Amino acid sequence: MSTEQILGLVTGILFGFFLQKARVLRFDKQVGAMLLQDMTILKFMMSAILVGMIGVLFLNDIGVFTYSHKTMNVGAVVVGGALFGAGWALMGFCPGTSIGALGEGRWHALFAIAGMVAGAAIYAELYPWLSSTLMTWKDFGKISLPEALGVSHWLVAVAFWLVTLLMFYFFERKGL
Amino acid sequence: MYLGQKKQDGWNPYLAGALVGLLAIVSAWATTTYMGKTNYLGASTTFVRAAGMVEEGVVPGHVAGNTYFTKTKIKVDWQFMLVLGILPGAFLASISDRSFKLEAVPPLWQKYFGPSVGKRALAAFCGGIVAMIGARLADGCPSGHGLSGLMQLSVSSFVAMACFFGLGIVVANLIYRRRP
Repeated sequence: MSTEQILGLVTGILFGFFLQKARVLRFDKQVGAMLLQDMTILKFMMSAILVGMIGVLFLNDIGVFTYSHKTMNVGAVVVGGALFGAGWALMGFCPGTSIGALGEGRWHALFAIAGMVAGAAIYAELYPWLSSTLMTWKDFGKISLPEALGVSHWLVAVAFWLVTLLMFYFFERKGL
Repeated sequence: MYLGQKKQDGWNPYLAGALVGLLAIVSAWATTTYMGKTNYLGASTTFVRAAGMVEEGVVPGHVAGNTYFTKTKIKVDWQFMLVLGILPGAFLASISDRSFKLEAVPPLWQKYFGPSVGKRALAAFCGGIVAMIGARLADGCPSGHGLSGLMQLSVSSFVAMACFFGLGIVVANLIYRRRP
């Protein structure tokens, strides 16, 4: 194995370990969040974002990291995001958690994984058509929210932290 | 009424999440140092590579002629190994606290649709197809857009996450709210 592959594997093992310990690999937890009745996955995900954001922004500031924004193509992101949401509700897993669910013995995740591999194959066939239709609507490029607003990214980060902490407070008060 | 198991028997999700945040930083640093380019956590591109590998075995030559497969480059890269690594990681974690369980149908699903594996398989397979087409179109899933994109405050990730959850909430309520 190359260094790149070993790095990926070690990162994946740790990622899978934490995902399982937080119990977010479960179908019930994912659907529970979409039914607005169990916010475990949001607590987990938003905590990861809050902590990761500080390091990512700082290390980009001092020139160690480079940003890798995904392009804001309106048709692709909105339609794609909506399709993902609909499929996610039916499947009860996202791509990463389906593999983890299999690891903790929930072998029915295999059906979801097979469906996603099939979906990727179908997308590859649809790609030429999609890129000449849906993707031509409007593309704002690889932009960040601070750039779009014209403010410091630390200001946006502080606002993000505050809104998320309020959300956590709400979850805990409501026992979600 | 909620029928799933609400009891939190694992680690505190805030703590486990914070650890993943640290992992995201360390992993981005490690990839920058050893691979010369900052790589952020993600998962869905790997499914394209897996599909390419399967197709190459079934219809040799087809993959090379497809623009999307050529653009994605079908290889076992960093992210591919990351996604594979999630499996043993979750296995080890579940063995360590005895939460490993062979399960044919998720408990919550069973309460609505019964113990039929066929029904669950069909729904999961169809949901998987739709979700992956969506994830590739949006260029990310809850890992790539959710974790990595929001950490970087990308506009596309805010929009994608709103759509993921927006439609997820609508469709989940349609599917799981009516019975029993």
